[in-house]
Amino acid sequence: MSLRVFVPQDTTAIALGADRVAAELRAQLATMDLDVTLVRNGSRGAFWLEPLVEIECEQQRFLVSNMESDDVPLLLSALANGPDSLEQRLKGLPGYLGSAEHVEYLSRQHRVTFARSGLEDPLDLDAYRRLQGISGLERALTLAPQAIVDEITQSGLRGRGGAAFPAGIKWQTVLDTKADQKYIVCNADEGDSGTFADRLLMESDPFQLLEGMIIAGLAVEASQGYIYLRSEYPRAHVMLNAAIEIAMNAGLLGTDILGSGRSFSVEVRLGAGAYICGEETSLLESLEGKRPVVRAKPPLPAVAGLFGQPTVVNNVLTLAAASSVLAQGGPSYAELGNERSRGTLTVQLAGNVKCGGLVEIPFGRSLRELLDEFAGGTASGRPLRAVQVGGPLGAYLPESLWDTPLDYEAFAQAGAMLGHGGVVMFDSTVDMQSQARFAMAFCAAESCGKCTPCRIGSVRGVEVIDRIIARESVAENVILLNDLCDTLEYGSLCAMGGLTPNPVRSALAHFGEDFE
Amino acid sequence: MQQDQVVTACIERYRSTAGGLLPLLHDVQAHLGYIPSESVSEIASALNLSRAEVHGVITFYHDFRTEKGGRHRIQICCAEACQAMGARTLQTHAMHALGVAMGETSADGRVTLEPVYCLGNCACSPSVRIDEEVHARVNARRFDQLLSALDDEGKA
Repeated sequence: MSLRVFVPQDTTAIALGADRVAAELRAQLATMDLDVTLVRNGSRGAFWLEPLVEIECEQQRFLVSNMESDDVPLLLSALANGPDSLEQRLKGLPGYLGSAEHVEYLSRQHRVTFARSGLEDPLDLDAYRRLQGISGLERALTLAPQAIVDEITQSGLRGRGGAAFPAGIKWQTVLDTKADQKYIVCNADEGDSGTFADRLLMESDPFQLLEGMIIAGLAVEASQGYIYLRSEYPRAHVMLNAAIEIAMNAGLLGTDILGSGRSFSVEVRLGAGAYICGEETSLLESLEGKRPVVRAKPPLPAVAGLFGQPTVVNNVLTLAAASSVLAQGGPSYAELGNERSRGTLTVQLAGNVKCGGLVEIPFGRSLRELLDEFAGGTASGRPLRAVQVGGPLGAYLPESLWDTPLDYEAFAQAGAMLGHGGVVMFDSTVDMQSQARFAMAFCAAESCGKCTPCRIGSVRGVEVIDRIIARESVAENVILLNDLCDTLEYGSLCAMGGLTPNPVRSALAHFGEDFE
Repeated sequence: MQQDQVVTACIERYRSTAGGLLPLLHDVQAHLGYIPSESVSEIASALNLSRAEVHGVITFYHDFRTEKGGRHRIQICCAEACQAMGARTLQTHAMHALGVAMGETSADGRVTLEPVYCLGNCACSPSVRIDEEVHARVNARRFDQLLSALDDEGKA
């Protein structure tokens, strides 16, 4: 009986001890006569279950959660032949979950972009093909550039980085702008606290991102791509570079993509620790080797982007979704979702959460449903008090707003934003004054400094909040703080200064008791 | 190899790379542990930039150092998801345990302590990165264990 045992290798699984489990397994297997192959897969993103070890036998796959290296002997004795079936033998293990369909956290999701995540070795290109990879690219190679852009437009796909700009319009602009050299830039500067979807995709299914970038290149007639990756993701860096090399050797990248005569290359460029580089024009400056000072728009990057050339700048998940859109067709992708938010939303449950991880569901479910069905309450066991959605520039939401549907417009109407889908939970011990202060302090630390409202307003914001905390003329200082938020919101050049008021104002509006 | 030879070799690797200043600076720092101020004019003239431009880039990004750091780099995540799980207490503990403020190197030259805004490990906060490894659910006790397990020859 030939078995495969999977031990995940993404950052979080390793941070929880997956490498120690794998090393112990490898060492013990070497001394035993068992037909077991150890596979280092990606992660399914159910991080509260990591290290989540899986055992595959004759198309059946059993999950065992929260494995530690000490549990390895027990696992191996269950794998060794015995009178009972493998399932029976595994059932006795602590952390045994059964098959993936029995894990509600996974079976309740609707995975499109993350359908492959955690199933196989992320660098196994044959496995990628077996799991329907490459089919989007193969289809794109049979289409004219305009037809590819039309598919993206029909899919209703919007930028997953946070701004939610329609990808089809962006691609169309780049296609319509004539130039000898155009670029595809993948924004992998996932700086928002509470988000890890880009990282998970790059570490668990990197070929999908490369496929999406090649498709984008074919669509807008660009032959060079860059992945701008934040330096805080060392593991993603290793995985991407390895995936690019494998794709080059397999003829997926290079001067003759799958024998089509078309060419596309990708290079990973590492950031150097600057939140502002997630802003697209700042990212382009950084890629050009400059101080990442935000550019004024227009010109749009789609017209004059990297090195002054027409450039598609898309988030990791947007580009990855492009491969699904091409594989299944734009209209089919658009069937999922709510109102003007089409397709699936990738939520990341983070912070003080019991069942933290990645949840991919169609747009339109409410935040409360998400919390009830997946989060499982706080990690501390205390009541949940505030939820910050959309990263450090997103609003803090009190329970009265948790019924808001998860779609871009509904969140905007509630004075909040979905952003990149980060959901950070805070229990009843949170002090919302400190959170408001942090929002201003973060802006002060990370502002590029180009425009005054952001550069100086954030510093003044910290000072005003400090006076409120010290109970100096509270009423007057709250008025002043609101005024300052207006200045930041209406006077800043980019979203960093423009959205910093979100967490501050929402803390004041919904958690006013903390400021009294 | 002498310091200036290292810098010259790094320049040769990236002088014809489009937008090559960041990869070049990363390369210098990977070899020397920091970017010596003496190297700024050589880098500037090789890339046809002014010294001010190179200085501007080095000083903007949190990653680049202009003086030697400790043998190990410990980054404590200070962003919201980790705050929700006690990162503020952990920061205070770490500063106390090492006798340094954020951004400083311990007196024995062993560790440089830095804040970081998100390691993408937010479902299992608080997160700490030691050199190239990320650790999850780090409380004060776990921090002390990780600290004492640090190998002084080099890697963690």
